[in-house]
This record gives sequence, C-alpha cells and structure tokens, in this order.
Amino acid sequence: MKAELEQIRREAEQVLASVSNLQDLTNFRVEYLGKKGKLTQILRGMGSLPPEERPKIGQLANEIRAYIEGEIEKKKKVLEEEALNQRLKAETIDVTMPGRRHHRGKLHPLSIVLNEIKDIFLGMGFEIAEGPEVEWDYYNFEALNIPKNHPARDTQDTFYITENILLRTHTSPTQIRVMERQKPPIKIIVPGRVYRSDAVDATHSPIFHQVEGLVIDKNITMGDLRGVLDVFAKELFGPQTRTRFRPHHFPFTEPSAEMDVSCTTCGGEGCRVCSYTGWIEILGAGMVHPKVLKYGGIDPEQYSGFAFGMGLDRITNLKYGIDDIRLLFENDIRFLEQF
Amino acid sequence: MLVPLKWLKEYVKIDVPVHELAYHLTMTGTKVEGITKQGEGISNVVVGRICDIHPHPNADKLVVCIVDVGDRKLQIVTGASNVKEGQLVPVALDGATLPGGYRITVTSLRGVESYGMLCSGEELGLTEEDYPGAEVDGILILQEEYPLGMDIKEALGLDDEVLEFEITSNRPDCLSVIGIAREAAVALSSTFNPPRIEVKRGVGDVNVEARVVVEAPDLCPRYCARVVKDVKIAPSPRWMQRRLAAAGVRPINNIVDITNYVMLEMGHPMHAFDLDKVAGRTIVVRRARDGEKLVTLDDKERLLTSDMLVIADVEKAIGLAGVMGGANTEITDETRNILLESALFDRGCIRKTAKALGIRSEASLRFEKGLDIHNAMAALDRAAQLIQQLGVGTVVEGVIDVCHGSLEKRVLEIPYKRVNDLLGINLSADEMADILRKLEFKVDVKGEYMEIEVPSFRQDIEGVADIAEEVARIYGYNNIPMTLMEGTISRGKKTRKQKLIDKVKDVLVGTGLYEVVTYSFTSPRVYESIGITDPQLIPKTVKILNPLGEDQSIMRTTLIPSLLEVLSHNYNRGIERCQIFEIGTAFLPKSLPLEDLPEEKPLLTIAEYGPDVDYYDLKGKVEVLLEELGLLDEAEFVPHVHPTFHPGRTALLKLEGKEIGILGEIHPKVAQNYQIEERVLVAELQLDILLSLAKEERKYRPLPKYPAVERDLAVVVKKEVLAAQVESCIKELGGQLLEKVKLFDVYEGAQIPQGYKSLAYSLSYRAADRTLTDEEVNSLHDSIVKGLEQKLGARLR
Ligand SMILES: [Zn+2]
Repeated sequence: MKAELEQIRREAEQVLASVSNLQDLTNFRVEYLGKKGKLTQILRGMGSLPPEERPKIGQLANEIRAYIEGEIEKKKKVLEEEALNQRLKAETIDVTMPGRRHHRGKLHPLSIVLNEIKDIFLGMGFEIAEGPEVEWDYYNFEALNIPKNHPARDTQDTFYITENILLRTHTSPTQIRVMERQKPPIKIIVPGRVYRSDAVDATHSPIFHQVEGLVIDKNITMGDLRGVLDVFAKELFGPQTRTRFRPHHFPFTEPSAEMDVSCTTCGGEGCRVCSYTGWIEILGAGMVHPKVLKYGGIDPEQYSGFAFGMGLDRITNLKYGIDDIRLLFENDIRFLEQF
Repeated sequence: MLVPLKWLKEYVKIDVPVHELAYHLTMTGTKVEGITKQGEGISNVVVGRICDIHPHPNADKLVVCIVDVGDRKLQIVTGASNVKEGQLVPVALDGATLPGGYRITVTSLRGVESYGMLCSGEELGLTEEDYPGAEVDGILILQEEYPLGMDIKEALGLDDEVLEFEITSNRPDCLSVIGIAREAAVALSSTFNPPRIEVKRGVGDVNVEARVVVEAPDLCPRYCARVVKDVKIAPSPRWMQRRLAAAGVRPINNIVDITNYVMLEMGHPMHAFDLDKVAGRTIVVRRARDGEKLVTLDDKERLLTSDMLVIADVEKAIGLAGVMGGANTEITDETRNILLESALFDRGCIRKTAKALGIRSEASLRFEKGLDIHNAMAALDRAAQLIQQLGVGTVVEGVIDVCHGSLEKRVLEIPYKRVNDLLGINLSADEMADILRKLEFKVDVKGEYMEIEVPSFRQDIEGVADIAEEVARIYGYNNIPMTLMEGTISRGKKTRKQKLIDKVKDVLVGTGLYEVVTYSFTSPRVYESIGITDPQLIPKTVKILNPLGEDQSIMRTTLIPSLLEVLSHNYNRGIERCQIFEIGTAFLPKSLPLEDLPEEKPLLTIAEYGPDVDYYDLKGKVEVLLEELGLLDEAEFVPHVHPTFHPGRTALLKLEGKEIGILGEIHPKVAQNYQIEERVLVAELQLDILLSLAKEERKYRPLPKYPAVERDLAVVVKKEVLAAQVESCIKELGGQLLEKVKLFDVYEGAQIPQGYKSLAYSLSYRAADRTLTDEEVNSLHDSIVKGLEQKLGARLR
C-alpha cells in the first residue's frame, strides 16, 4: 500500500507537469483528490491493513495529499498568471484610435474675453454694474455733457425710438445711473451691448459690445487711471505689453485720452495689423468731467474720478486674430468650436 | 483736415522729418491719421513737346508722335485723340513708373517702336482739383510753359507731403493751417510765425457802398463785411490752386479761392456776394420765413423754416447763413463788385439747419463747433490783404462791423494745486504757467492761484479740468507716474445674479451647447416666420424710428427667430449638428406709444438639431440645468399648444405654479420657413424668474446605513395617461419608504391592446433606521399596484 501511495505521488507529479490549463487542473484535482479520486480509492483499502500500520499509512496518505494540493496550488498560480497574461495580450487595443468624446459646447469668444476682463477688474476690487439698452436721451447724451445739437453727437450715429428714447450708443449712461444710486467710493465696470447706426462691414457692426469703467473717490488722479489701465493691459495681453496715452477729446471726460497698447502681433516692431506704427488703440478714457459728476449728484470739489470704455468685439478680434467682426454674429459652429 | 507740409512750414519752423512731426503732434493731442506724398509712385515722367504727329501705318486708332523732351526727341505711339502739335504733355520715359506700380518700357505697338508713353491725368493719379483737365478722357495737356525735360512732379507742384489730421470737435481752431502750426510750434518747441495781416488804405467808404442790418442778433453775434470794387474774375495763381487742391478744396476762381484759402489758413469761413445782385446793396441777417425758398450754390432748391438763419437783401434770401451761399448772388465771370462776409453765427442754429437740409459744408462744420469772435475780423482783413497782394480788385476803405457779441477776455482763476491733484503730478505754478503761455494763455501766478486769460480761439476752455488737460498734454501724458489708487480699498465681487448667470452658461456648455450672440433688433415679419399669424398673438414691439432697414426695425420680444436663423445658417452649410443657446434681452413696451423705457427681460433660449436630437434630449438638458439650480424636484412639464411648436411635442415648464417657459419640437412648417428639413428643438425660458427661484444652498444627507430593496413594476395604462401622473401616483402611495422611482421602459405594440401603453418602473424601497423585511415591501408594493388600478385604471402587466 505504501508503494501504491508512492506510485500515486510519482504519477501525480508527472500528470501535473503536463496540465496546461485551469480546467485540466480542476479535472486533475478531482481525479486524484476527489471523493472518487485515486488517493481516496487507495485509502478505502486501509481497512485491510493491520491496525498498527494504519497510522503510518494514514500519515503518509495525508502527506501525499498535502503535497499534491500544494503542487496544485502552485500550478494554479502559474496557470492563472499565464491565463491573465494571455487575456491581457488578447485585449491589446490600438491606443492611437480616436477617443469617445463627451460632447461639450463652448462659450462665445465674446464671453470668454469678457470673463477675462471681468476677472482682471474683480481682482482690482471693481464690481460689475448693468444698465438698460433702451435708454433716455438724457442719460446717453445730456447728462454726459453732450447737449442736443452738439457736434459730438455726429460721431455716434444714433437709433432713436422716440424723440427722447434711443438705443444707447455707449455704456457710459450707466455711469450716471450708478452715481445717482450710489455714493462714492464707486469702482465699477459696466459690460454691455451698444448700438450705432453704422452699415455693416468687416470692422463695423450696428450692434457691438463695450466695457465701461468708472472710479470715483477722493483724490483719484490721472496717474491712477494710467496705473489701473496699464495693469489691465498687461493682464489681458501679457506682461510684455506696453501702454501709451494720447490726448483726445470726449465730452464726458477732461482731460481725455486714448490708450494704445504695443502691437499684439509684432510686439511694437511694426506690421500690417498695427499699420506699421507698433501701436494699437484699444480704449478711450479720461478724468470724469466735473459737469458729469454734478449731473450724477456728486460734488466735483470733493471728489474726482476716472472713466474708460473699450470695444469688447475689437479686443476679442485682436486677441484671436479675427479679421471680420461679422463672424462674431454669424455663429457658424465651425467658428465657435475654435475657442 | 488736410494740411500740405509746405504751407504749414510757412508759419512754423520744422527741422524734423515729417513722421517725427506727426508723432509729436499726435502725442500732444493733434492726431495725425496719415501722411501722403504727392506724386508717390511717379518717376521718370517729364515735360515734353509734341513736334510732329503721323498716322500709324498699321492701325487707324493709333498715331505716332515725335516728342521733344529737351535733350532728345522720342518716337511715341499713342491712342489718344486729343493731342495736337505744339502741345506740352507729360511723357513717361523708358523705365518710368506710375502710381499703382506700373512700369513703362520701350515696346512695339502694331509694328512701330514706342520709346515711352504720353500720360493722362488719371494715369498720373491726378484729379481735376490737382490740375485742370486731369479728368479729361485723353492725354493731360499742360496749360502753362515749362522747360522741356522738367520732372513732371516739379512742374505740377506734386512734390509736397500732405498730413491728414483727426481734429476733435472741441478744437475748431485746429481746423486751420495756423491752428496746427501753433500746436506744432509747441509740440516741437519751435517758433510760430503767423502771417502778418495788413490791409493797405483803400478807396472810398464802405458805408457808402453797402449796409448791413442784423435782425437776429441772437443768432448772429457779429457780422463783418468789406467791399471790393472792380474785381477781375480769373483763375487764382497756380500756387494757391495747388495748396487748395492739396487740402482737398477745388479751385474755382480768384475770389472764391481767396475766401477758401483764408478759411483753410485761419479757420474762419467766409463768403463773397456779387454786390451788384444784392438788392438795395443791403445785407439783412434774419430768420427765414416758413416756406421761403432758396436755390443754393449747388443748384438745389431749399425749403426753409423759421428756425433757420438766412442772409438776405431787402427783397430775398441770398444765402443760408454759415451753411451755403445762394445761387442768385454767386460770383460769376461777370462779377465786378463784391461784398466779403466774415461773420459769427449761433452754433446750434447752424447745426440744426445743416442737419435739416442734409448739407455738410466746410463752413457749417466749423461754425457748429464754435468759432472765435475776434478771428472773424482778422480773417476778413486777411482776405482783403490777399486781394490787394494778388491785384484782384480795389478794396474799399473801411469795414462794416455789426457786433452784438462780447469781445471781452475770459479770465479763469485756477488753484494750481488742483491741477496737480487731478493729474497726480507735482509741478510748480511757474512750470504750469510756462506751458500755458506757450499755448497763448496769459498767466499771472498769484500765490495759490493762477489768473489765466483764455485766448479767444479756445472756446473749449471752461475750468480747472480743461486747464489740467492743457498742462498734461504738453507735460506729456506718459510722463504722469502710474499709481494704483492707494487708499481706495474695495472688495470686488459678483452679485448673486451675475454668479448664477455664469453658472447657467457653464452648465449649458457642459450639456453640449454652444453659446451664440445675435442681433437684438429684427424684422416685424419674424412672427409670421415662427407661425404666429393671429394678430392677437403678435406682441407689441419697440420700433426704431430710423432703422438700417425694415429687417432690423423692431426690438425683439423673443430670441427664437434669431436662433432659428443661426440653425438655418449652419444647416445650409451642411453642418450635421448645431446645438446652441443664447442669453439675451427681450424688449417689452409697457405702453404704446412708448412713454417710458420698455421692460428688458432676460431670456434663455436653446435651439438644436442633429442626429440624436429630440424632445427628450432637449428636456434632458433643461433638467440638468434645473437640477443644478436646485429646482428639478418641483419642476412641472405640462403639455402645451403654441403655433410655433409641434402640437403633440411641446410642454410648458412651471415652477411653483409660475410659467417659466416653453420647450418642444418646432412645428415642421416653421422649420420649413427656415429651410431646415430636420426636427428642430427649442426651449425659451424666462431667466429672471428662474434665477429668482434658484436654490443654491445644499445640505448633506447622511448616506444610507441599511440596504435598499429593489422591485420592478410594469403597468398598462391608456395612452393618454401621462408618465408624470403615474409617477406622482406611485410616489404618493409609496410614501416615506419609497426612495426612488425610475421609468426604464415604455412599450406599445404586440401584447398591448390598441390605445394602451406599458410603462415599466424600477422602484427602490429603503428605511433610514432598519432593514426592510420582504413582507413590508411586498405589502407596500401591492398597495401601489392597487392604487394605480383604482386611480389611473392601470393593469399590472
Ligand atoms: Zn504690429
């Protein structure tokens, strides 16, 4: 019987060596260690052994069982590893094929740039104010020191609704509205849609967008205006950006200025975009005219302030190199998906 | 404003190149828009005389000319028919260039060699203003003698540079060569030499020759006049013609040219009347009579109103004051005696008149900006001086001067510290005074104050801010140190509404929508396009009085047509999928005619077409938005009928009983109006209500400790029964223990009777404090089934 057991151990070793998959391994376990397996069969014959041999044989049988089980476990690990490797190999995919993309939309480029502008000014402590697009002549012109029959009205061809109601030609009327409802310090920007009766072409649109700014407090200076707008330009166009101010005229600011930034395309060397000047005009600004402060109910002897206004569409086009303002309003998906 | 450099240099010393001059002027506030070089592109074109003309042997329409260009004679073929022997003409030599990059070389024309080209005015880039005859069809025939072989640019005086200025409305004094010269002198720290105006003693007495009566002194503060007798009308000298042409004014005759020359030089418009045609030799400045007519110099009959100012004689109007003269007293070749007018008129009146009649003349553009009352007399004298210098006529002694305006000096008292405070600089009173004196202000520093006498040509200077600008622009805007409002500290933050709008946009972009921006005015016909034909349903709109066109004449009340246009644009370009949204304003009049500003209502509009786009796709996007705004649980979608939409695929969105908006599939007829042959989905929501209801607060709920029990439930109901009814019934019956209900299948067809549908739900039961037993769940589930049977006639499937 001992010999038989030894024989089974040897046989099992040989058979196990040739087992090459997990199913065969399961069959092997059944064949040798199962209830009707070979080892069990032999142990059935234990009853015919002399009692004194039984423990020895029993022990041997258990050793062999343990041995085979150990071998099966080892084999199982190997086979499982192999099987996993095979599966992984079979599962190899072409990682260069396109991904399944979750379809996401985009903000309009005007919104993207406006968000940037808002963030810059929020960071400098500004709040965001709004005003109506259909506006009183009073707020759009009169209170901004542009009386009826003033030649400055020429530069802003106006859509009228009635004699006294119009489509605002700039976001500046909100300056007065804010002054009327809020005491200084005032520190706001006013983004919004404005209207001028211009025929449409690559650089003109009867509807466009402005971002107005207004700061009023004690001791506000033109140096503050320069400082704030210089920070703004560097944030928006990059730290290498330089600014310069040229005298200009707006009825609602005095002194008035236009601000140029160093050309975003050539950096100031001169190119087609900047008409070979190295500079691009991006906004108008100035110290709030004392008459405008008075219209807003603020004493110009006590307070001073500055205001500025920029064309959002123009700045957006400049930032992205868009050469035709009409694209912004056409909303071709192939245009919108680029931003 | 165009200013020829040579003219400018007469009054100011300029040693720097023209672009440097332009830079300094621009940086001190006189913006140079451009610089053009006259005769740019022309080279190797000379004066030649046609000695001989033969017919061309092989072409009827060509002739062969022998042209003397000084040092040699050239054979040149031309097709022009206006050439004659003996004429002087511009000759482009071999290798010459013409404007536009054309190059002339020796060529053979139908077998005859041509050693150059005879040029037309157009080929030289000239207009009639540059040289008379320049726009004639044919070769430019020179009308004066020039040495043969002389460079044509020199001969025609095309060797100047012309600066174009953008003059802002506050500086009419700079609408003149002298005004710009004054600025240039300050900008370059150079010397300013205005012309010395001297009129030699005339003959006779002006008061015998003419009379001036100002009946409307409120509109005419000053009227100055001189009389010139025995004028000989002829072309003005070439130098004057050239300067006028370079400045963009067409030369006409010596008298008119002198008045224009003085206007350009001094900035004050003038007018010359044929005095013999002025009835009673009396100028009457009066308001026009309503319905009075006047034919102006441009031969147009103008209908006048009583708020316009005319220059008249004792019988009739003879000019529109400050705007344009009348044809009836125009200077003609027969004119012998003239009256020169140099006056000051009311700005507003001139502007209104010019606008009402649609005339924008050089004169009206200056008057409406406010001119110098002193300059009126100076300009008149300057014109008299030129008439004497050029020997055009005999100036009569004396000036008629009817002056009702103030000739007093304006003096401001400005504390110089306030100028420093406003600018953020620290100049001494003397430094400031120096700058102002250069600009012809007279300044006395008196302690803290500057006593400043404003020059009469600076009508725009009123107070400390204006003085600050003068100081700053000469000191240099870019020399003001940059500062950042030390002391003014504030918090920058968005309002709740602004933050929520950002969130809405963010969520919508996340659902796959592109943001669009469209015009806020539209056509009154859009309502028809979106299927609203019942006049009762067409909303009242805000109308634009002066729209660009009918298509852009009303302010929109809905964004739906705008977005359908965008879909249409993309669809027609073969774009497979277009899913967009816009947050825009609707303009709703409170009453018509408009007496108050309209309500401006923010709308959120979504529109889409594309492969998998249907009602449920759109509704899903709306649901995501509602969920993000904390509003999904109370949202109600109620079937709705609207002419723009598919009658069976449209819902109203309601929150707390309020109508928030509409969503659904666009009616096929409407889609067809926009040439879209696919299903189009649109939602339009009232953003203000949506945002006011939004719940931003979120509270943590503990995660469940006990397992859920899942049960499926499939019921058959009549087709008309809405999923929302079934679901709310299940929820009501399930009570607290029913945690979730989810519709997972809808089925109609085999095994389901006609007119019925099967709805399959998965229900999830859970208690917060214990594990539910099967018995509990079963009895609850059974009661739901029974309830559905009773309330909705449902049958378990
Ligand atoms: Zn550039």
